[in-house]
Amino acid sequence: MTGMITDTATVFSRELRPTLRQPFTIVISMVQPLVFLALFAPLLPGTDSLRWFVPGIVVMSCLFAASMTGSNLLFEMQTGSHERMLVTPLRRPALLIGRALKEIVPMVAQAALIVVVCLPFGYRLDVGGALLGLVVLAGFCVGIGALSYTLALASKHQEWLFWTVQQTVLFPILLLAGVLLPLDGGPGWLRALSAWNPLRYVVAAERALFTGDVWASSTIKGLLAAVIVGTLGLLIGVRAMRRSA
Amino acid sequence: MIETRGLTKHFKNVRAVDGIDLTVARGELVALLGPNGAGKSTTLRMLTTLIPPTAGTASVAGFDVVRRQRDVRLRIGYIGQGNGAGHSQRGRDELISQGRAYGMNVRDARRRAAELIDSLDLAEVADRTVATLSGGQRRRLDIAMGLIHSPALLFLDEPSTGLDPQNRANLQEHILRLRAEHGTTIVLTTHYLDEADSMAERVIVVDHGRIIADDTPARLKAEHVGDTIRFGFDTEDEAEKAAIVLSGRGVAYGKELRIRTEGGPRQAPGMLEDLRSAGVPAASVEVTRPTLDDVFLQLTGRSLREVGA
Repeated sequence: MTGMITDTATVFSRELRPTLRQPFTIVISMVQPLVFLALFAPLLPGTDSLRWFVPGIVVMSCLFAASMTGSNLLFEMQTGSHERMLVTPLRRPALLIGRALKEIVPMVAQAALIVVVCLPFGYRLDVGGALLGLVVLAGFCVGIGALSYTLALASKHQEWLFWTVQQTVLFPILLLAGVLLPLDGGPGWLRALSAWNPLRYVVAAERALFTGDVWASSTIKGLLAAVIVGTLGLLIGVRAMRRSA
Repeated sequence: MIETRGLTKHFKNVRAVDGIDLTVARGELVALLGPNGAGKSTTLRMLTTLIPPTAGTASVAGFDVVRRQRDVRLRIGYIGQGNGAGHSQRGRDELISQGRAYGMNVRDARRRAAELIDSLDLAEVADRTVATLSGGQRRRLDIAMGLIHSPALLFLDEPSTGLDPQNRANLQEHILRLRAEHGTTIVLTTHYLDEADSMAERVIVVDHGRIIADDTPARLKAEHVGDTIRFGFDTEDEAEKAAIVLSGRGVAYGKELRIRTEGGPRQAPGMLEDLRSAGVPAASVEVTRPTLDDVFLQLTGRSLREVGA
């Protein structure tokens, strides 16, 4: 277990280092969700819209980031550094988790920034609940990151495949989760579809947790969805890694 | 160090590696020589746990490559065809994280990285982004990465491909020094004939996924080809007469008589003597030793240069 943690830390810090050496890229990545927030939130009805919208946008940024996990890999598979890492004794799940966390952690900074920006507009959150929410979200995103990694392995010789699949899959998942717009008013078939979307439960859990409602049933469901996606993603990712190369 | 039995790899319906039995003892320096697609790299990728064999077994550094992957990985170094260091990373950072990957603590990884940077002449570029390094510098960095944990067994896949002659010589020197200093067992693949010739004590010729010859370069040449002695004459007539004098041991091509034999340099003076006393003195003489390409040609009917490497 400690070995797995050390390995994950090794992969994570290796991945994050080039980003940290160029803080400018982090600043740029911070701007995007703020723009989104500024232009989208005013369209939502009701005074409570921030409470509904802020957790949604945090989830969205993390999902986008995690789904990009494989994109770095595409390049590293061509140059040979991925192969080099596969020959090291690094534990295989650590390769997946470390890379996914590298995408997610900057998002935590982003989430904090969003929250701070919303404070003057009357937004309040429960810090403990929100931290718990981030852990649940990280579990979910590790799974998404591992799947993105798998997709990159599968797209080894055709890079376009990665981007096509990533884009094609990402948006339905996002729209069917009620991240940007509430699903309540949607037609029955839409709601039926969204019942199968794990992200929907994660978003609902985040909304409950950000307000401090730790024991809500939606929290439990969201946690369950995150654990399932996380575990499944890792299983599929490790298997793909053993079979590829 | 390495022991394989019937090692085989099929990709869809291509037999990339077709039943290789290979034994490599501790301290050997072995070159796998063959054209592109002969199965050298695939063999190496199985031995380094990158891909599982379709059939057969392989034990590397004492452990089975399928069942004990982690034990194998801990004990081997691998320098692949590509660049092991990430292009957006700095060399020193990559060396340190490579050390961490092999279980070193941060301080040991730093110290070992500094050591290797020093011994591979990377001091000036170690703190620059890998993408800005020259091909030769990157290759040296790759070697440093492969050596971070001082493995007893090192695999190199086409180590000098794409390097200019000077960098190739430099690299070969590093590899040879490594072996002299640490007794590292080294297995490399190459399609450079001179590289296999000058570096390895043992050359394994691979073609169509099989081992077709396995010996020292000198013995491969002596056994499969031998030397060529060329006598030059002023006229074609003389060349033909000379062929008769030497009782059909050679064939006349125009004004030249060619003889294939073992120990050419020892035999040539005697033949010159015979020719002179028979009244057909040679105007010139040249003894050429065979190259490994001649060996490959003899074994497969194709030249390694033609097949393209």
